Amino acid sequence: MIKNPVFTLAYRCYILAFFLFLAAPLAAAGMFAFNDSLFPALPWQGFTLDWFFNDTEPKLGMFHDRRLLRGLYYSFIIASCVSLMSVFVGTCNAFLFTRGQFPGKGVLYILMVVPLVIPGVILGISILVLASTIANGVEEAYGWEWDFLRPGLPLVVLGQFSFVTTITSLVITARLQKLDFSLEEAAFNLGAKRLRVLRTITLPFLKPALIASGLVAFLVSFENFNTTLMVVGSEAPLTVTMFDRMVKVGSTPVLNAVSFFLMIGSGILALAMVFAQRNSKSE
Amino acid sequence: MEYDLTCESVCKKFGEFTAVDDVSFQIPSGSFFSILGPSGCGKTTLMRMIAGFESTTSGDIKIKGNSVLSLPPNKRNVKMVFQHLALFPMMNVFENIAYGLRCQGVGKEEIKRKVQDVLERVSLPDVGSKEISQLSGGQKQRIAIARCMVLDPDVLLLDEPLGALDLKLRESMKIELKLLQHQFNTTFIYITHDQSEALVMSDNVAVMNQGRFEQIGTPQALYHKPASAFVAGFVGDANRWSGRVVEGADGAVKVQTDGGLSLVGTAAGGSLSGSGTDVEIFVRPEFITVARAKGDAPAQVNGQNHQRGVVDSLLFNGANSRVLVRSTNNQLIEADFLLTGGTDDLKPGDAVDLSWSIERSACFQAARG
Amino acid sequence: MDKDIKRLSLILLMAPFALWILLLIIIPHVGIFLLSLREKISYKEFTYGLGNYIEFLNEPIYWNTLLRTGSMSLLVTILALLIGFPVAYYIAKVARKKSKGALFLLCLLPLWVSELIRTFGWILLLRETGVVSGFLQTIGIIDQPVEFLYNDVTVIMGLVYTVMLFMIVPLVSTLDGMDDAMVEAGYNLGGSGFTVLRRIIIPYAMPGIVAGSIVVFMLAAGSYLTPILLGGKNSSWFTEQIYDQFITRYNWESGAAFGFLLLAFTSIVVWLGLRLTGQSLATTVAKD
Repeated sequence: MIKNPVFTLAYRCYILAFFLFLAAPLAAAGMFAFNDSLFPALPWQGFTLDWFFNDTEPKLGMFHDRRLLRGLYYSFIIASCVSLMSVFVGTCNAFLFTRGQFPGKGVLYILMVVPLVIPGVILGISILVLASTIANGVEEAYGWEWDFLRPGLPLVVLGQFSFVTTITSLVITARLQKLDFSLEEAAFNLGAKRLRVLRTITLPFLKPALIASGLVAFLVSFENFNTTLMVVGSEAPLTVTMFDRMVKVGSTPVLNAVSFFLMIGSGILALAMVFAQRNSKSE
Repeated sequence: MEYDLTCESVCKKFGEFTAVDDVSFQIPSGSFFSILGPSGCGKTTLMRMIAGFESTTSGDIKIKGNSVLSLPPNKRNVKMVFQHLALFPMMNVFENIAYGLRCQGVGKEEIKRKVQDVLERVSLPDVGSKEISQLSGGQKQRIAIARCMVLDPDVLLLDEPLGALDLKLRESMKIELKLLQHQFNTTFIYITHDQSEALVMSDNVAVMNQGRFEQIGTPQALYHKPASAFVAGFVGDANRWSGRVVEGADGAVKVQTDGGLSLVGTAAGGSLSGSGTDVEIFVRPEFITVARAKGDAPAQVNGQNHQRGVVDSLLFNGANSRVLVRSTNNQLIEADFLLTGGTDDLKPGDAVDLSWSIERSACFQAARG
Repeated sequence: MDKDIKRLSLILLMAPFALWILLLIIIPHVGIFLLSLREKISYKEFTYGLGNYIEFLNEPIYWNTLLRTGSMSLLVTILALLIGFPVAYYIAKVARKKSKGALFLLCLLPLWVSELIRTFGWILLLRETGVVSGFLQTIGIIDQPVEFLYNDVTVIMGLVYTVMLFMIVPLVSTLDGMDDAMVEAGYNLGGSGFTVLRRIIIPYAMPGIVAGSIVVFMLAAGSYLTPILLGGKNSSWFTEQIYDQFITRYNWESGAAFGFLLLAFTSIVVWLGLRLTGQSLATTVAKD
């Protein structure tokens, strides 16, 4: 390698600048949560935790803001459903594509990856259109009111699930491909039945990937905005609630407080994921 | 005699390809049996059929006299040590060994007792609580065997388990495996492509090639009385020439090699079809005596072949040192030479006389085509 | 019997996949395509035809927006590649083992925060009363507040920021697989830094480059939040038009046509990109 000190220094500075660029908006979003001011802007008015815990207007803290808390609650419900469903289907897909032999496997595999690159807005509207068409049809023909097909929590879950499953499938497939087939054969050889092999060998081996993909699914669902916006009903999750607030009220430091809270939450999840991955590597 | 494993005309076809072709053999109880062959010869397929991971196309496999073809792998009392051992990384040593017992529904106390017992028999009494990643290569080997032996199998299959070890460890594991087999007194079937592993450990060896058994016999028989050209070439080292019969069909035959050596050999693997037959001639280096050349080149006498040549190079390897001799008609012949006894100061360029007995020159009819 | 069990388990495994792909991906997309061919005559009376598409072509605002979205997304992709490649190379090849993992995680940092929050952060930094404007005033470069929001440069920067990690991750994973000896051999055989980069590193990283670019382009073209928040009223992003038709005007038929056009347009660009670089979808995106 050519070791040119000026070049090396410039390269390092570039990398540093890049990470500052990455960190800047996050720092800005988090920092103003602690500014004792009605606006998330400089100058700095002193440190406060009011935007988290104060219970009176105008400085209503996030833990006393009904609508934000409700958004958080809905986000939590949605993310839990999405991660459970997508990990289950992702696991099935992983087995299907690593173990199954059937015609058209390559095409179906690409089809599995496609939802990741379809714009979220379009995923949202296409599901909205289908669900509404069915709901209208059923209503017209039988007079039944199928509310779960109207914009609302079930549709949000389905909309997010439709592309999150691609992520979980890819993560779990990658892990399953690393499983040495002879481990399972050894278990059979030692007298285990099929279900026991699955329970004692295959699933423990997949566990880190199941946890990691579940966490990713949870996060992606929690953060999602584009798809959600198209199919959201009256039960708005946190991102949509924040967006509404931003557009209608303008930016207030309580949004910074929520941002900070979410960043900490994601950080903890991220650490948990790194931990899960590390455990899998030591094996 | 009681046989632990009997295979009767076992065949396995994958589409058009025949992986195992009409293989029959019987293994007496408590013996160490090896299946030796190059990679792709079908030995792994044969073993997977015995373990139940592959179905047979035709033929029968019997364990202790009972056919096991209808039994799934988890019901056969044939245990297997996998090529990369397949120890379960998510369990510790104790749980690995206890796995099979738990599948059988053995009680907790008995599992403890049996695992401890088998750990002692493989002389690793204290590793029960260790993780698999904490074990050395040799220890893993023994745990993999213990995991099978705790179930008291009728037959233990070993699929090249030494392949992943380094040379030194492999040498010591060979002896250890043999000792373990004696200790457990269970039938071991050992699959390998390494002839020295097979020869050192086995009571009997089957040499396999292209899905067929070429020869079954003791290591000594394979080495000294190979039944086919393939066995002669695969087991042990040999000078190998192709040539043509000049005279004779049974017993001593006069042959001329393609390179121009003329020598007298012994027809092996059945009689040859007379003069003009294409043959392959095998002579092991250790049966060729090297002496410094004196006077005229000696004539072919006393059941010996003689060849005069010049030392081309010395291949020093301790007790297995060889000398490469270029004969007068420009053929290279490899011969052992002793570090003691007058020839230890040979140098390239020295003239030497080689001699070897007619009996040690095996001539096989060459495969047609 | 064994065969029946195998077939049964294959069908059982196939079922969730089939339900997911059919009900949530294929049928809905066929659905919007059919919807886009429908024209409203009066209440509950429809005819089928290309009317929605013709309307799109007749209205320059619409197709200008699509072209603008496409070209700006392309620019975002190129910028993300140019900015991200040195970083990915640093993480994969230059950084020491220990700092490597940490740097990679740092790169993923924005992923852990919602696009909404990231964009919110940019707004706080760049608006008239924001941190950057204030800072520049303090050090005396400008003497009155400057609005950095609501222009194309900011939108592009925000998008580059948002999509950056989807460029870096595939690049790092391909570059990671490259043997250092290949680069060293390149220098050893007399190549200059530039030749080594052009002849060895870039060709090796090509699958990663293509994979990253596809994902980044699709994400940029399909993004909604960043352009409307950073670009404001006149950002004219195509997804905004779709939302507008669907939710605000409740004109589902033309909204569906717009959605389908965006999908077709981005697919064509990706297909062209794959053709030009000689890669296939299976070897790039589907790989990781």
